[in-house]
Amino acid sequence: MSVLAVVCALLVVLPLILVLFYLLKMGVSSLNWNFFTKLPEPAGVDGGGMANAIVGTLELMGLALVMGVPIGLLGGIYLSEYGSEKTNTWIRFGADVLNGVPSIVWGLIGFTLVVAPMGGYSAFAGGLVLACIMVPLVLRTTEEVLVLVPTSYREAGMALGIPRWKITFNIVLRTAAKGIVTGVLLALGRIAGETAPLLFTALGTTLWNTSLKDPIAALPLQIYNYAISPYPDQNRQAWAGALVLILMVFLLSASVRIVSSRRKK
Amino acid sequence: MSKATTQALPLSAADLPAPNRLGNRVFEGLTLVSAAMIGVLFLLVVWVLVSGARMAMGVYGWSFLTNMHWNPVTDNYGALPFIYGTVVTSAIALLIAVPLSVGTAIYLTDLAPVWQRQPLTSVIEMLAAVPSVIWGLWGLFVLTPWLDAYPYTWLNKHFGSIPLFGAPFSASCLMSAGVIVAIMILPIVTSVSREILRSVPDLQREAAYGLGATRWEVTRIAVLSYARRGLMGAAVLGLGRALGETMAVTMVVGNSPKIPASLLQPGWTLASVIANQFGEASTDIQRSVLFEIGLVLVGVTILVNIGALILIKSIETPGSRRA
Amino acid sequence: MKKLLLIGLLGLATLAVKADDTVTLTGSGSSFVKPIMDKWADAYNKVDASVKITYAGGGSGKGQTDILVPAVDFAASDGPMSDAKLKSAKGSILHLPVVAGAVVIVYNLPGVTTLKLDGPTLANIYLGKITKWSDPAIAGQNPGVTLPETDIATVHRSDGSGTTFIFTDYLSHISADWKQNVGTATTVEWPGTGQGQSQNAGVAGQVQKTPGGIGYVELIYALTNHITFADMKNANGKYVTASLDAVKDALSTATIPDDYRFSFVNAPGDTSYPISGVTWLLVYQQSKNADKGQKLVDFLKWIYTSADAQKMAHDLNYAPIPDNVVTRIQATIATIK
Repeated sequence: MSVLAVVCALLVVLPLILVLFYLLKMGVSSLNWNFFTKLPEPAGVDGGGMANAIVGTLELMGLALVMGVPIGLLGGIYLSEYGSEKTNTWIRFGADVLNGVPSIVWGLIGFTLVVAPMGGYSAFAGGLVLACIMVPLVLRTTEEVLVLVPTSYREAGMALGIPRWKITFNIVLRTAAKGIVTGVLLALGRIAGETAPLLFTALGTTLWNTSLKDPIAALPLQIYNYAISPYPDQNRQAWAGALVLILMVFLLSASVRIVSSRRKK
Repeated sequence: MSKATTQALPLSAADLPAPNRLGNRVFEGLTLVSAAMIGVLFLLVVWVLVSGARMAMGVYGWSFLTNMHWNPVTDNYGALPFIYGTVVTSAIALLIAVPLSVGTAIYLTDLAPVWQRQPLTSVIEMLAAVPSVIWGLWGLFVLTPWLDAYPYTWLNKHFGSIPLFGAPFSASCLMSAGVIVAIMILPIVTSVSREILRSVPDLQREAAYGLGATRWEVTRIAVLSYARRGLMGAAVLGLGRALGETMAVTMVVGNSPKIPASLLQPGWTLASVIANQFGEASTDIQRSVLFEIGLVLVGVTILVNIGALILIKSIETPGSRRA
Repeated sequence: MKKLLLIGLLGLATLAVKADDTVTLTGSGSSFVKPIMDKWADAYNKVDASVKITYAGGGSGKGQTDILVPAVDFAASDGPMSDAKLKSAKGSILHLPVVAGAVVIVYNLPGVTTLKLDGPTLANIYLGKITKWSDPAIAGQNPGVTLPETDIATVHRSDGSGTTFIFTDYLSHISADWKQNVGTATTVEWPGTGQGQSQNAGVAGQVQKTPGGIGYVELIYALTNHITFADMKNANGKYVTASLDAVKDALSTATIPDDYRFSFVNAPGDTSYPISGVTWLLVYQQSKNADKGQKLVDFLKWIYTSADAQKMAHDLNYAPIPDNVVTRIQATIATIK
C-alpha cells in the first residue's frame, strides 16, 4: 500500500520534470541575443525576438502592482486592525469568492469597462485587470500576516501615546513586512503567467509600448500566439518564450523563499 | 491614565490630540474603502456579466442551457455542448488527480522520510507555479501527440466498440483536456489534502496503533475516514479550479461546438469557448451569448468554491467525527 | 532596493504622461494577410518614422468585431461585412480590397496525385450526402484513377476564419441545399460528422493524419508546405489547378460595385479558379482622431501606389488587385477624413 503512495508521489512529480526538460530542449536553441533584444519579425523572416514581450510583462506587473497592492494592503489592514467580526467574515468570504473567479471573466470585464469605452486595447486595461486579480490575493495574505503581530506591540505604541495610524504603519507593518512582501511576490508570480485576461485587454503588439493607452505585448500572450501559428520558427520562439517565462516565475518563487528565510534586521 | 492601560483597543478618538484624530480618521477611512473594494469588485463582476447577458437571456430563456446548436448564420446558440465539455473534462481531471493527490498527501504526511518532505513540497509548489499557457504549449506539442499515438490508439483498439472510445479520434479532444487539467489541479488538491491530513489529531493515529493496526490500517481507519469530509473539500476545491481553466484547455480540447460520442473527439468547455469566440463575436446577440456563458461559468464556480470551503472548514472543528 | 522601486515607478509615470509625437496605428483581423501586413508595417516605419503600425491578426471575425467597437484603427477581413453589421456601426465603414487569394481542397488518398472535383460534389461531400471516395460522382470525374472504398473524413475550421467564409460562399453559390441549410459565414454549423481543427495548420495536419481525409486551406499555405490539392471545375466547365494567375484571371472578370463588397467565387473564364476571394481593409470614413486619420490615409496610399509595397505582396504570393480597381480605390481613399 505504501508503494502505491510512493508511485503517486512520483507521478505527481513527473509532469514537472517532463515540462522543464522539454522547455530546455526546445527553447534553449532559440535563446540567443536577438531573442532578448529584437522585436518580432514578420513571419518567415528570421532573427526576430520577444524583447517587447519580456519588457511588456514586466511593465504589466508593475502596473498591476501599483494599482492593486495598495488596495489589497490597506484592505488587509482594515481586516486585521479595524474590522468587526461580522464584516470581516463577509469580506474574507468575498475575497475567497473573487479568488475563484476564472481569469477569463476578468478579461470580459476589462473589455467591457475599459477597452470599449476607451476605444482601444491598452496597457492600462491589461494592468487594471491584473490588479483586480491581485487585490483579493494580497488582501488575504496581508491579513493573515498582520494578525500574527503580537497585540503587545500595539499596546506598547498606545502606551507611548503614538496615534493609531502611526502604530499600524510604523510598528505593525514593519514587523510584518517580510510576510507582506512574500504575499505580494506570490501574487505577482500568479499574474505573470496570466494569458486569458490579456487576450481582451492588451491585444499584444509587434512594437515597443510607449504609452499606457497603446496595446502592449506580454510573454504569455506572445507564447500563445506563436504556439498556434503555422510557422515553425515562431513555434520555436514560443518554446524559448516559455522558458523565459517559467524562469521569471521560478525566480519570483525563489525570492519568496529568500525573503522569508532572511533573518529580521 | 489607568483608564488608558486597562481599556482594550481601540482607544476612543476623543482621547487623542486633535491632529492625530484626523490622521486616524483618514487612515481608517482609507482602509475601509480598500476593504470595501472587495465588495465593489464582486458587484462589478456580477453586474457586467448580467447586463451583458441580458439580451441573450431574453431571447433564449432557459432553453439556452439545453440547446445544442452553435450557428452564427441563423443566430441560434445553445450552451449544452460547452456544459457537457466542462463537466466531462472536469470529471476526467478529478478522476485522475484526486487519487494521485491523496496518495501523495498520505506519502508526505505519514510515509516519507523527513529529509524528503521539504523537497517534495517545493516540487509541488513549482508545479503550481507553471503558467497555464505553458501547460497548453507542452500539451499541444508533446503530451497530446503521445496520448494520440499510444493510449488513445490502445483504448480505441481494445474498447473501440464502446462509443466513448470510438473512432475517429484525434490528439485534441476532451480526454486530452481532462488530462492537462488534472496535472494543473494536482498541486492545490495535494497541498490542501496534506493540510487536512496534518490536522488529524495524533491521538487518532496513536489510538489505532494502540489497537494493533498496521501502518496502512492506521492510515485508512484513523486518518482517512476522519479526514473524509476535508478531503472531499480538497477535491471540490480542485473542481473549482478545473472549471475555470482556460488557456491550456483551449489549446488541446479541439474547439468543436458539438457533443461528441467519444471522449477522444474534440469538444469545447465554457471557459475555452469564451476565449476562442469572444474576439470574433461581432453581432450583439453572439457577444451577449458569450456573456451568458460567462455568467453560467462564474455562477457554477462560485457555488462549487463555497461548497469546498464549507467542507474544508468542517474538518477544522475538533470532535466533529461521527461516532 | 528602494531606489530600484523609485526608478520603476518613475518609469511608469513617464509612460502615463509622456506627450508622444509618434502615432501608433493598431489593426487586427484576417490571419491570411498577417504576413504582408507585418511586412508593410515594418517597411512603412522606415518611410515615415513618426508612425508605428502593429497588426494583431486574430481572424477575420475578430477584425470585424474590433472595428465595430471600435477598438482598433483599421481591420482586415476575408469576408465583407453584412448590411446589418454595417448599419450597427458607429460611422460609415469603407471596404478597400487589398489582395486576393484562393482556397484549395487538400486530401489524403495514398497513391492519388491528381484529383478532380466539381462544386456540387464538394458540397455533397460536406453535406454528408457523399460518404465514400469510391462514389460514382467522384469516380466519374476521375477516370483512370483507382479510388478506394474508404469513408470520406471531412475536416473544417473550428475558429472563425475568412477561409471558411470564402469556402462556404462558394458552396452557397454552387448548391441551393447548402445555401439554405448552412449558409455563408466565418463560422457555420457544419452538417454531418466532420472534424474541426484550428487554423490552416490544424486542418492540414488532421487531413494528413487521416486516410480518406479532405479539408480546405489557403492556397499560399498549401504551396509553402507542399501539400497536394485538388483541381476544381470552374463555371466554364474546365478543371483548373489553383495558382496566383488563376486567381488573377478570376478577379479580372468580376464586377466590382461602388462599395467594393463583392464575391467572385465560381467566376467565368476558362482559366479562372472558382474558390477565390479578396481581402478587404476596413476603415472608417470619418476618423475620430485627426492625426491618426491622416497617418492612416498616408499608409493606405503607400500600400496601393508604392512599387515596393506591391513587390512585397508579390514576393509573398499574394494576388494583386487589378490596376483599374486600384485607381477607383485611390479616389475612395481621398474621401477619408
